[in-house]
Amino acid sequence: MGENKTYIQSFCTIQNNEIILNGETIFKTEPTVFSDFSKKAFRNFEIDYPKFFKMDNLSKLAFLGAELLLKNEIDNTKENNIALIFANKSSSLDIDVKYQKSISDKENYFPSPAVFVYTLPNICLGEISIRHQLRSENSFFIFEAFNPLFMVNYANILINTKKADKVLCGWVEYFNEEYKAFLYLVASEGIMEHQKELIETVYKK
Amino acid sequence: MTKEVFITETNCITPIGFDVAANVKNIVNGVSGIQLHQNQSLMKAPFYASIVDSAQLNKAFAKVAPAENYTKLEKMMILALQPIVENSKLDLDGKTGFILSTTKGNITALENPSEENIQKAQLHQLAKTIADFFGFKTEPIVVSNACVSGILAVSVAKRLVQSRMYDNIFVVAGDVISEFVLSGFNSFQAMSDLPCKPYSKNRNGVTLGEASAAVLVTSNKEHAKIKIIGDGSINDANHISGPSRTGEGLFRSIESALAEAKINPNQIDYISAHGTGTTFNDEMEAIAFNRLGLENIPVNSLKGFYGHTLGASGLLETVIGIQSVLESKLFVSLGFDELGVSQPINIIEKSEDKTINYFLKTASGFGGCNTAVLFEKVK
Repeated sequence: MGENKTYIQSFCTIQNNEIILNGETIFKTEPTVFSDFSKKAFRNFEIDYPKFFKMDNLSKLAFLGAELLLKNEIDNTKENNIALIFANKSSSLDIDVKYQKSISDKENYFPSPAVFVYTLPNICLGEISIRHQLRSENSFFIFEAFNPLFMVNYANILINTKKADKVLCGWVEYFNEEYKAFLYLVASEGIMEHQKELIETVYKK
Repeated sequence: MTKEVFITETNCITPIGFDVAANVKNIVNGVSGIQLHQNQSLMKAPFYASIVDSAQLNKAFAKVAPAENYTKLEKMMILALQPIVENSKLDLDGKTGFILSTTKGNITALENPSEENIQKAQLHQLAKTIADFFGFKTEPIVVSNACVSGILAVSVAKRLVQSRMYDNIFVVAGDVISEFVLSGFNSFQAMSDLPCKPYSKNRNGVTLGEASAAVLVTSNKEHAKIKIIGDGSINDANHISGPSRTGEGLFRSIESALAEAKINPNQIDYISAHGTGTTFNDEMEAIAFNRLGLENIPVNSLKGFYGHTLGASGLLETVIGIQSVLESKLFVSLGFDELGVSQPINIIEKSEDKTINYFLKTASGFGGCNTAVLFEKVK
């Protein structure tokens, strides 16, 4: 691959009650649970989107990261061909465990469609697509650990084959209150060259 | 020049056969895997489903591996891949990739949620188990994208081979029936009370099924069964648990595949569609196909034979579709009686002979996802 160089336009990390955008802390709270942290972050950025509160934690995490990188990127007057390539380690296991609990006790059997629908990791891509009206390529992958080589290659394939103009890449891991989101926007123009070593370094920060 | 990509090996493990030939024989004879089951540990009331017989599976597995502690899904996946890995005679080196497609993997492990079992339910752990069995050297790539996973895995493999990241990729897809999935579809009131009837007037939902399927995707044309010529996976951006009323994402996914393949819609000879048997899905597909002028192309859903096998379905239906192309045969869309979608589509009502040069596979799923892949007969 690599016929044409690609570039990282912006990047965002969410972990340990802190949100870092392009290397700068833009939001931080005292140690708290994710539901509280995510609600505070949502209010802090004055996002007007009530559907947020119905999402599971994985979708909330992915949504917040995408919001920060896409809000100045989307032009509502035209089509925005920004692909979504996301991955994580634990799939939707956090809500899988919760859903399983709702059916395990036959005395207290209460399977809910509103919970069941989130037992697929790609639902967060649907949430982001709806929010930003992205009718674009999207795929969700699972790896044991963050896989920068795969992400770089796959994003470049989409841009070089013109399946997408830009690609929002995301590592969005959530299980049992342990979370980390690392999202970045890849384009065919820019200053910061999109390559594995750089992605790896920024991810580890 | 863009690299050409082919499928050279196929296999599947389903309730109607443990290889492709047995499956095709049953399809030709109209034999479905769907049966009425009474199993209170899965569901309180009797339910229709297409379930792999465990005793037969264990018997077949014993010929391949000593009876180690593998789950039903792992056995099905290993059995699907084993002859392909063996026939390929490939060095399992750094240029040989491995993609695993599933929606829920070993989800039944959560029924007893110990630390160890939670680990077992991790999809990357399932992929590692399968990879270790065969000795794949590269890191497994798990595709988990709801009901398009199986066909998306073919698209991903094609793109990675085209980009020269790998020369060959083994792809396996599988899902099993569980209380988890049955109760979930039931909570959506999406389950059919009879074997599913895709595109029919009296359809009333999904019948679930279990299966595994496997293929080898490669840049090597030798022994090619089919060529992969275009693909697209575009989101509806409309609703997380229902398809777009206009079929927007599916429409665009097929458009994207056609543009890449540089063929016109009317050149397609056969569509293997998703056809789950729900009111909204089947209607949405009919609308998308009409928007593209595909209403006269023969189309079937194989769900009447297999039920909805979730993460396996797209790959399983591709494997059978490839057989349609190789044998020049259109297979009946089992369960269909009277057209029950608002736009005309050309459902295959009985199996018949037809030369197929271009074959389209589509799927759609929760999260608003859609995938379309175009295949061309190898001359």
